[in-house]
Amino acid sequence: MSKISLEDVQHIANLARLTFNEQEMESYQHQLSRILDYIEKLNQLDTEGVPPTSHVIPIRNVMKPDEKRDLFQREDITANAPSTEQGYFEVPKVIE
Amino acid sequence: MPLCTQTVHQLHAQLKNREITSTQIVASVFDRIKQVDDKIGGYLTLTEESAFEAAAAVDQRFERGEDLAKLAGIPVAIKDVICTHGIRTTCGSKILSNFVPPYDATVMKKLKSQGAITIGKTNMDEFAMGSSTENSAFQPTRNPWNLETIPGGSSGGSAAVVSADAAILSLGSDTGGSIRQPAALCGNVGMKPTYGRISRFGLIAFASSLDQIGPFTKDVEDCAIALNALCGHDIMDSTSAQVDVPNFEQSLVNDLQGLKIGLPSEYFVEGIDPEVETAVHQAIAKLEELGATIHNISMPHTEYAIATYYIIAPAEASANLARYDGVRFGYRSEEAEDLTSMYKQSRSQGFGEEVKRRIMLGTYSLSSGYYDAYYLKAQQVRTLIKQDFDQAFETVDLIVTPTSPTPAFKLGDRTADPLQMYLSDIFTAPSSLAGMPGISIPCGLTKNRLPIGLQILAPPFEEGKLLQAAYTFEQNTDHHLHRPEL
Repeated sequence: MSKISLEDVQHIANLARLTFNEQEMESYQHQLSRILDYIEKLNQLDTEGVPPTSHVIPIRNVMKPDEKRDLFQREDITANAPSTEQGYFEVPKVIE
Repeated sequence: MPLCTQTVHQLHAQLKNREITSTQIVASVFDRIKQVDDKIGGYLTLTEESAFEAAAAVDQRFERGEDLAKLAGIPVAIKDVICTHGIRTTCGSKILSNFVPPYDATVMKKLKSQGAITIGKTNMDEFAMGSSTENSAFQPTRNPWNLETIPGGSSGGSAAVVSADAAILSLGSDTGGSIRQPAALCGNVGMKPTYGRISRFGLIAFASSLDQIGPFTKDVEDCAIALNALCGHDIMDSTSAQVDVPNFEQSLVNDLQGLKIGLPSEYFVEGIDPEVETAVHQAIAKLEELGATIHNISMPHTEYAIATYYIIAPAEASANLARYDGVRFGYRSEEAEDLTSMYKQSRSQGFGEEVKRRIMLGTYSLSSGYYDAYYLKAQQVRTLIKQDFDQAFETVDLIVTPTSPTPAFKLGDRTADPLQMYLSDIFTAPSSLAGMPGISIPCGLTKNRLPIGLQILAPPFEEGKLLQAAYTFEQNTDHHLHRPEL
C-alpha cells in the first residue's frame, strides 16, 4: 500500500519547508499512504470532459478602484514581527 | 431565569424596555464563565474589562432612548480564527500564540457597529483542521453535555460556550462542517451560509474556496438576527457575493405547507448510529406532519465528497499556510543559522501534527507530476458533487439529512487514526464543496443524553428557506429547550 517512499516524504517536507526526525518521517509515510489509498476511490469515476470547479460562485477578475487608502501604520504592522530593525523586518543573513 | 441562559431576542426586548442593562447581562455571562469554563475549556482569551466598558457605553445609549440594533449590548464569543483588533488571535496554534491583529475582521466591524459586546475568543482545532477540538495547541474543549466527550470541531469552543450559557451567541467558521457538526454535537443552532454570503476579510485562511463564517445560537430566531448583522458584500473580500441580503427575520414563518423536502438515500447508509437515524426519521415525520412533502432523491456522488475534500482543502491550506515563515508575524525558532533553516525550524516547531499532515498532503497533491491525478481530478469530482445538488434542487426546495453520523464521541477515540476523524464530516463536506448553505438544529437526545442534530440544506442564497423550515420545526417541538446539566 505504501505508494509514498521515505524519499518522497523527504522531498515533500523540503518543498513545504518542514523538517522531521526519522520516526516522524515513517509515521507520515504510513499515514499519507493510507489517506492516499482512500483518495484512490476518486479513480472509480470517469471525469473525462468534466470541467473542474475551482470556485462555486462564478467570479472572474474582481476589480476595485485603484485608490490610496490608509489602512495601517508601519509600526502597527511590525509590532507582531519576531525581530525588527529601524522599521524593517529582520531575518538571518541571506547572502554570504 | 438567569440572563446568561436567555436568547438574543428575549434579552433585546428587556433591554429595549429598560428592564435590564447590558452590564447585567455581561456580569451574568462572566459569572457563568467562571463557574463552568474550568470544566469545558471553551475560551482561550477573555476580554472582561473591555466587555464591561462596551456594555456601559451601550447602556448609556439605551438610557438616552436610542433605538439600537438587536445585538446591542449582547455578549458574543468569537472563534479564535477571526481577527480582533488588539485582542490576541491564535488560531489554536503555537505559531500564532502571540499574534495581536492590527485590524478587525469585517464581521467584527459589523458586530461592533451593532453594539454587540465581545467577551472572548474561543478554542478550536489548530487552523480549523479537525472535528473534535482536540487539535488545539492549548487545551481540549469538552462537551457540556458530557465532559468525557468532545464538542465536535473545529469550532468546538464556540459551540460549547453557547450550550453551557457561557455566551449568548458565538461566531464560528465552517470549511467542511466546522459549524454544523459541533452545533449538532453540542445541541444548538449552527448555520453555514452560502459561500460568499459573509465577508472572509480577517478570517485566517484555511481553504479559501470553502471557508465561511457563521453563527451559533440558542434558537433559530437568534440565528436570523445574527445573519442580518453579518451578511453582505465587502470590497475587502473579492469572493464575497454581490447579491441582495433580505431581512432574514421575515423568514421566521411557522408554516411548511407545500414545501418539498428531499431525502437523499446516500445520507441514510450503514454506519449511522441507530439513535441518530431514529431521531432524524422522527424529525422528518414531524416536518411532513407540519405540511412539507417528502421526496426520496439520489445524490450519487456523495460518497466521493470526503476524498475530494481531503485533496482540495489541504492543497489550499498548504498554499495559505506558506505565509507562516517566522518573518513578519508569529513564532520564530531561535535555533536557525540561515534563512531556509529558520523557515523550516519555525514551521516545524510552530505547527501541530495535524496541520503538518495536511500541509504535507496538500504539497504532495500539488507537486510536479501529481497535480492532474489528484488536484485536477478532485476539482472535476467537485463539479459532479455540485451537479448532484443542482439537479436535486430542480425538484425539491430543501434537503434534510443527519448532521453527523454519530453523537459526540469520547476524547482520544479518533486521534490515533486521522482517516477515522475525517469521516466525521461525511454529511457536511458535500454541501461545503458545492457552496450550499446549511443549518444544524437540535432534533433529540440519545438515551445517554447526548444531542442529535438535523441538517437542512438549501440552494445558494436561500438561507431564508432554511430558517423557515428550521423555525417551523422549532416552534412545534421542544428539542432546542433542553440544556446540559453542568
